[in-house]
Amino acid sequence: MEKFGTLTSTVVPLPIENVDTDQIIPARFLKATNKDGFGDNLFADWRYNKDGSPKADFILNNPVFGGSILVAGKNFGSGSSREHAAWAIDGYGFKVVVSSFFADIFKNNALNNGVLPVVVSAEFLAEIFDGANKDPKLTLTVDLENQTISNNANGKSESFEINAYKKECLLKGLDDIDYLLSKRELIEAYEASRK
Amino acid sequence: MSKTLFDKIWDAHVVSTVENGPTQLYIDRHFCHEVTSPQAFNGLRARGLKVFRPELTTMTADHNTPTIDQDKPVKDPISRNQLDTFAKNAAEFNMPLYYPLGHDKNGVVHIIGPENGFTQPGMTIVCGDSHTSTHGAFGTIAFGIGTSEVEMVLATQCVLQTRPKTMRINYNGKLGAGVSAKDLALFTIAKLTTGGATGYFVEYAGEAIRNMTMEERMTVCNLSIEMGARGGMIAPDETTFNYVKGREFAPKGAEWDEKLAYWKTLKSDEGAKFDLELDFDAADIQPMITYGTNPGMGMGIQESIPTLDQIDEAGRISFQKSLDYMGFQPGEQLLGKSIDYVFLGSCTNGRIEDFRIFANYVKGKKKADNVVVWLVPGSWGVEKQIREEGLLDIFTDAGFLLRQPGCSACLAMNDDKVPAGKYAVSTSNRNFEGRQGPGARTILAGPLVAAAAAITGKITDPRV
Repeated sequence: MEKFGTLTSTVVPLPIENVDTDQIIPARFLKATNKDGFGDNLFADWRYNKDGSPKADFILNNPVFGGSILVAGKNFGSGSSREHAAWAIDGYGFKVVVSSFFADIFKNNALNNGVLPVVVSAEFLAEIFDGANKDPKLTLTVDLENQTISNNANGKSESFEINAYKKECLLKGLDDIDYLLSKRELIEAYEASRK
Repeated sequence: MSKTLFDKIWDAHVVSTVENGPTQLYIDRHFCHEVTSPQAFNGLRARGLKVFRPELTTMTADHNTPTIDQDKPVKDPISRNQLDTFAKNAAEFNMPLYYPLGHDKNGVVHIIGPENGFTQPGMTIVCGDSHTSTHGAFGTIAFGIGTSEVEMVLATQCVLQTRPKTMRINYNGKLGAGVSAKDLALFTIAKLTTGGATGYFVEYAGEAIRNMTMEERMTVCNLSIEMGARGGMIAPDETTFNYVKGREFAPKGAEWDEKLAYWKTLKSDEGAKFDLELDFDAADIQPMITYGTNPGMGMGIQESIPTLDQIDEAGRISFQKSLDYMGFQPGEQLLGKSIDYVFLGSCTNGRIEDFRIFANYVKGKKKADNVVVWLVPGSWGVEKQIREEGLLDIFTDAGFLLRQPGCSACLAMNDDKVPAGKYAVSTSNRNFEGRQGPGARTILAGPLVAAAAAITGKITDPRV
């Protein structure tokens, strides 16, 4: 997993609530047996017409907006547990997703792929949407070490929560499997204690 | 100290706790299907790892499988490759519990688990599927995980989890006639919204829950994720024990007695504290339908869609987008509206009881000409029971066909897709945009409302 430090980027605003993982990556794209190429089908049904041509009114097809931070309405990533949603977001090039609320499984999946979900207040979120609407060059700075997110257009900052263990994993580029494999003796002792 | 049911099971499975971090939780049963597992097995290969406890993983192909002609090669080459990969992984990693297409134990993962006795009270259960919460009906901690976590379980039989908050929902009194477990669940999700239980593990309790069969309890727990909950659970009782007893992988003899004594302790203690406790009156619940594009957008079948001024300002864009997709107007009543498809099946409503309810309603009636109906049993076990109980004859007489088991039109990974713009009354779990096929419009409902729609071709209150 890649290490995560500090990131400053323009944003892609998606002011829709309850974006479910079926929208992030529709089920018909889940037939792959590796993790490659999901970024091409991120938000496929909102992004492309039936003939595969881009839908002009969808934000990913608007050349004015870009960057490695996706900003979405509340309850992002609800629904299916498909990690393909995190692979699609990562594959497209997003490193951070900002919302006022995330679904649990999506949050875990994102963190397990080095994508940082940042929870901000509803007010902070609304100001990003407003700001980006007025000036698509608006940037955010996400500082994982200090757990802060800043809106560089209005100078406002918020701190965000992250589990201390997960933070360490992201900063060092480690994953949970490395940790669990190091606990083999404990696992065997637990099994023996239940026999 | 008084403990909740959740606390008792969680505490019994803690292997270690990471300082300032999550809990390392031991997993008793891992269910595995073809769609969310290939990358996990690839991960094991890349790290040179074996599966740590192969006998604790049950594998079945269900998501990406056809529901007709299962004896013939799967037509779609990409789907076929995924199924072949599943088979190769099972063989290479010496997985003893592998149920491919055509196996008599094959079926929807959350149906075959309980049916074969893999699911037992007090267990921790995971699967790369959000509807793993289904197994909570037996008094288990069961939840969906991502593929990285599937890899963790295969490699170590553990996952790292943050302890969720606990919620208890009490349903007092009895459900009315013609009101099903699905209606109770859709009612609850509509009250709490699609994210309202996020961060919580829910225990369902009260008279209406106690009166339910295991099939009904599974439907309730199955839908826990649709309000964002990590999972849902119901304390085991005689109904549970009677269901589990005698199933192939259930404990036998002295082991049964020992387990049973333990299972009887699995209930929330008097005075146990929940982070949140809610009460509903079961008599307030009506047959439900959804009108929007998430399961929280539900209403009683006689009611009308909310008007814009009833929606929070921040949510109006999403609400309008949702209704535009569905082709509905704010304030509209849906009763009597013409529909095109009916789907009975899925891990939500693909069990024998759902087929009994459907059969009981359609007996002696005829399918509406304007409707395509897919009846998809959740497993070969359910299919066999449908035949044995004579339900197949009722379906045939009424003009219905029975398909072969699988997830089918619930997520439309196979050919069971609802065409763009068409309305489907579906007993599945999600009405998301495109869930049942690109452009498909899904109205979620219970098996009885689905049966009435299949006969009239319209949204119909089955009680009338």
